[in-house]
Amino acid sequence: MRALGAEVGNVDKVDVLITHLHMDHIQGLPFFPPLHDPDVWVDVWGPVSSSQSLKERLNRYLSPPLFPVRIRDLESVAFHDVSPGMFDLDGIRVTADLVSHPGPTLGFRLEEDGRALTYLPDHEPALGAHDFPNDSHWTSGYSLARGADVLIHDSQYTDEEYSERVGWGHSSYSHVLGFAGLCGVDRLMTFHHDPAHSDETLDEAHARLQQAARGFEVIPGSQGAAIEV
Amino acid sequence: MPQQPLELILLRQLASHLVIPMWMMDEQGNLIFYNESAEGLLGVHFDDVGPINSEQLVGKWQVTQMDGSPLPEYDFPVVVALSKHKPAHRSLRFQGLDGVWRAVEVTALPLEGQDGRFLGVLATFWEVDD
Repeated sequence: MRALGAEVGNVDKVDVLITHLHMDHIQGLPFFPPLHDPDVWVDVWGPVSSSQSLKERLNRYLSPPLFPVRIRDLESVAFHDVSPGMFDLDGIRVTADLVSHPGPTLGFRLEEDGRALTYLPDHEPALGAHDFPNDSHWTSGYSLARGADVLIHDSQYTDEEYSERVGWGHSSYSHVLGFAGLCGVDRLMTFHHDPAHSDETLDEAHARLQQAARGFEVIPGSQGAAIEV
Repeated sequence: MPQQPLELILLRQLASHLVIPMWMMDEQGNLIFYNESAEGLLGVHFDDVGPINSEQLVGKWQVTQMDGSPLPEYDFPVVVALSKHKPAHRSLRFQGLDGVWRAVEVTALPLEGQDGRFLGVLATFWEVDD
């Protein structure tokens, strides 16, 4: 987030979409430079809760002793609780929906000029689908990813690892391939790699994924990667 | 067909692993699932009849009060939960599609998601002595 903030450049407004509040998804937020720049307005969007607002929940982390700067001291930031549905960000239509992952977790679909990007970083679509990946009606995330030009998707486990981690909220390589095929996407960017996997393991896995993919391209997700939709 | 809300996807997953008979309807009153245990009471496999839209559901199973007198549809627990978004419970008798009359306790719960979204109804059945 620090590096991304530096790349954002000379803008006066930034939107940050947060799928859920697990630590690996919010840890970088306070290090995002625009958050501390009073000349840049930052809108932070995240999942609604029945008990506390997004700001209150993030305040648990963005306050001492976990972080020296209090959320109330950020001058040009607004926090928005997002329910499943659609909203507009400067001409980009954003669709949010709950997806299969422990705790309330959103996926996002961003559409502009007939192009669609779907972001499902933490997602276990095989959970709850009795005939995965053949029943779109009962598959989490389908409505968000259907026909997307680019799908950025959880690709955490090998098939062997997944069998020991059913219900943990992540996908096996087979599942992400099946999901991308079911949804009819053009490009799949793998994401949320297991931190225990070495670069060699990932390279081998991606070579197999690229070979096995039918009807879409597989792009290995990597730190700092940029993709044109 | 549109994708079901995540809450219903996960609820079906849970229901399919429990031995308590469970029945699920979407927010429009369409029957979208009942589990294997419910199949034993309802007298038919779900895959043989379902899903069933709300219009076709009317009169599909004959339902009476415990004494055999008619039970108005608006008093069915699932209809109460669906129309009033409140839990409902009662004893009733119904005829399964296998022709057998059974007495059951029915509890129906409205399903409400984050931000108050109404998602449908979950009903459980408990067979009792007639």
